[in-house]
Amino acid sequence: MHILSENLQIDFMGKRKYAVVLSAILIIGSFAFLFTKGLSFGIDFTGGTLIEVAYPETAGLGGIRDVLEEVGFGDAQVQHFGTSRDVLIRIAPRADRASAELSEEVLAALKNADAAVEMRRVEFVGPQVGEELTEQGGLAVLYALIGILIYVALRFEYRFAVGAVAALVHDVIVTLGVFSLLQVEFDLTVLAAILAVIGYSLNDTIVVFDRIRENFRKMRKGAPQQVMNTSINQTLSRTIMTSLTTLLVLFALFFLGGEIIHSFALALIVGVFVGTYSSIFVAGASALALGVSKADLMPVEKEGKESETGDQV
Amino acid sequence: MNQYPAWKYLLIIALVVIGMLYALPNLYGEDPAVQVSSGRNAAMDDTIQALLESKLGDAGISSKSVEETDSGLLIRFNDTEDQLAATDLFKDVLGPDYIVALNLAPSTPAWLQAINALPMYLGLDLRGGVHFLMEVDMDAAIQTAMQRYSSDLRTVLRKAKLRYTSIRESGDKLVVKFRSVEDRDKGSDLIHNEYRELQLKPVDEGDSSVLEITLSEQEARDIRKLALQQNITTLRNRVNELGVAEPIIQQQGDRRVVVQLPGVQDTATAKRILGATATLEYRAVDIKNDVEAARNGKIPAGSSLYKHRDGRYYLLKNRNIATGDQIINARSGFDSNSGSPQVSVTLDGKGARKMLEFTKVSVGKPMAVLFIENKTSTRMVDGKQVVTNRKVEEIISVATIRGVFGRQFQTTGLDSPQEAHELALLLRSGALAAPIRIVEERTVGPSLGAENIEQGFQSVVIGFVLVLIFMALYYKAFGLIADLALTLNLVLVVALLSMLQATLTMPGIAGIVLTVGMAVDANVLIFERIREELRNGNTPQASIHAGYAKAFSTIADANVTTLIAAIVLFSFGTGPIKGFAVTLSLGIVTSMFTAIVGTRAVINLIYGGRRLQRLPV
Repeated sequence: MHILSENLQIDFMGKRKYAVVLSAILIIGSFAFLFTKGLSFGIDFTGGTLIEVAYPETAGLGGIRDVLEEVGFGDAQVQHFGTSRDVLIRIAPRADRASAELSEEVLAALKNADAAVEMRRVEFVGPQVGEELTEQGGLAVLYALIGILIYVALRFEYRFAVGAVAALVHDVIVTLGVFSLLQVEFDLTVLAAILAVIGYSLNDTIVVFDRIRENFRKMRKGAPQQVMNTSINQTLSRTIMTSLTTLLVLFALFFLGGEIIHSFALALIVGVFVGTYSSIFVAGASALALGVSKADLMPVEKEGKESETGDQV
Repeated sequence: MNQYPAWKYLLIIALVVIGMLYALPNLYGEDPAVQVSSGRNAAMDDTIQALLESKLGDAGISSKSVEETDSGLLIRFNDTEDQLAATDLFKDVLGPDYIVALNLAPSTPAWLQAINALPMYLGLDLRGGVHFLMEVDMDAAIQTAMQRYSSDLRTVLRKAKLRYTSIRESGDKLVVKFRSVEDRDKGSDLIHNEYRELQLKPVDEGDSSVLEITLSEQEARDIRKLALQQNITTLRNRVNELGVAEPIIQQQGDRRVVVQLPGVQDTATAKRILGATATLEYRAVDIKNDVEAARNGKIPAGSSLYKHRDGRYYLLKNRNIATGDQIINARSGFDSNSGSPQVSVTLDGKGARKMLEFTKVSVGKPMAVLFIENKTSTRMVDGKQVVTNRKVEEIISVATIRGVFGRQFQTTGLDSPQEAHELALLLRSGALAAPIRIVEERTVGPSLGAENIEQGFQSVVIGFVLVLIFMALYYKAFGLIADLALTLNLVLVVALLSMLQATLTMPGIAGIVLTVGMAVDANVLIFERIREELRNGNTPQASIHAGYAKAFSTIADANVTTLIAAIVLFSFGTGPIKGFAVTLSLGIVTSMFTAIVGTRAVINLIYGGRRLQRLPV
């Protein structure tokens, strides 16, 4: 079975002007959303209390709000979670009450109003911890990018490294933009997903770069642009196959994995789409724009021999 | 061409067998069980086991098995109903000196246990329970130390007959004022000789000679370390009071402690016992001054007014006789003479010395126990979070000293065994030196935990099957071989997680799902390469060889970079995120093996060394 015809010759690099425009729109749009709407940060980052409760039958949010109002939590955010029987209550860090005991008060009040309520989950994150997690999260993304930059620069060439990281930054920004647009809660698992997106998108980019390097060495004639086109075409069916299988499991996770894993799966789904696009258009185009040429990638004598003789399996 | 030596096949088979063996325990379920272990004052022996078994028989509860484990007895039941009934029964029979905890014990058969094969350890989000991150208030720890020094220095200076104007505590500093420079120099030498760990800095403030005293770097570090360790020890004891099977109490960083209590649902009680940080002090009751006058604002110097739990007020001397951290043990019981409830207390050497000194001169006078609870609250001041520690001080017991004692003594005259039990519990839990507060909580109810497992399992299975079908359709026979490798990969990841006893969390399951998706990548790369080689007119055998050889460096590069992201995730992440990083990293490593070596072995076995016209790829 084949998805694509065997001898594809799509002029990807020739169309890179359109890609630049599309990427620019995506990035500017993402920034616009991030600056105007911002991210809907979960309590992992903002601090606060989150309580998930379940009722045996459909729960009326109004009634719950009234109960909360009575015990002094009028500012609580109350919404359904997954089903109409599950209710999620979010309370911002409070000035006037000891934070760790707050959830007990809320649960006691709810139990008082309706004894059938069941505690599903309570999360409390102190403001200090939230701040630390935000800082650590930012640093994690940064360190992952730096680590990757170094590895790719060592294995390939600095221009490829820059191209790869440009593609990754592109993916991260667009994924964040989608989260801002949809106002899906951004919690720790989404941060983990973003790091996984970085890993995945890079995986894709590396495969393309690997082929570009190989073709630069093999195709004696041919401008860089042409070499890149050939390489992207040759790896295209693999890029699509892998994206498809990954998306298959991600959709399984998205639809079946439960509410908690929802935003995580969404981040990865968006990331895989954007990552696939960026490894085709952004990564190569950036390297090309930086003036990568054949001479940059000619093998060091020893390495060339190895790759020809080695049965590396 | 394309043939593996026999040892390679054997190696692969060995790995497959080992992987399957260690993944196997996960297929057996878990038994509801009750874990019985002895507290600090009771022994665990055969008689207990016999007692429990006979009591179970009397109550008509059938147990599945009774085992001796490192931590006590483990009694398995057929269902949770029996388990809960037995828990109540055991608690009644054994009393407070034994810890009776609910547990889910893996029902791994003995032959698997013999090779140390255990099921994966489920995280709190999957089994339900409470996770607390607690932070020790180090400023308070330092302040307490400075208070101690302040009281010690007064004694030392007085003994040496050195006159000083005042000793004042200000934060992490002590400020001693002397009359003259000479006195200060003498004092400075004296203090320096007695307390090497203090740093002394003479300051001239107008006409007074001041000595500023701070802790040395090393000493401050030691105090912080001690405060953390003492808190951890105390938390351990308190968790034992709660009766939790397999609790985790772990240091995190230099001022935090992680407490995980699997299966605990009553978070209110857990928090009250863990979070209501408390310390206590034995103090002399001031009987010379009038309590009523003090209530009207005339509080005599050297004493303070406190309220008893029963509502009465007492004047207590400010100097303490002994503190909570000097209590080694406190047990409730009955007085052998009168049969009335009592609490017997054991003090450590330092506390005993001070108690002896005090009781020598105070027989017939009352002594009180002041219970000091540290409650924290967060307030907004100018848009900023300010955390304040509030001290709630309360007298929990006033008793008359009947004789001279030091290390051991009894408090009698308590109204009920219940009261004695409570007092003993409070005395024991009063040993926290520095206040500790909850800075993060994650509680998962049992129904959500069970649902998470079910949904996680379902999404793994369905995602997995979809990928299997897709691969088989797209790459035909080679796709089926890749499916085999994918299955093996899943088995190996589960086996490794079980071997390492790494904690499986919901994000961890997501990591496994993701690995399934990404593990096929290596095979896709190889198969696409083989197709290409075939298109270029190479023979099937040469194509297989070249396909694997050429795809290898690509696969390695791609996986190393993903591994970098996973490692960063591991080092920065906490709890559940770490779980994701672990499964992702393990998945990457095992998939390299199964997708490259595993598939090659099968392909070599089937197609190697034969003349082929075409390949089913």
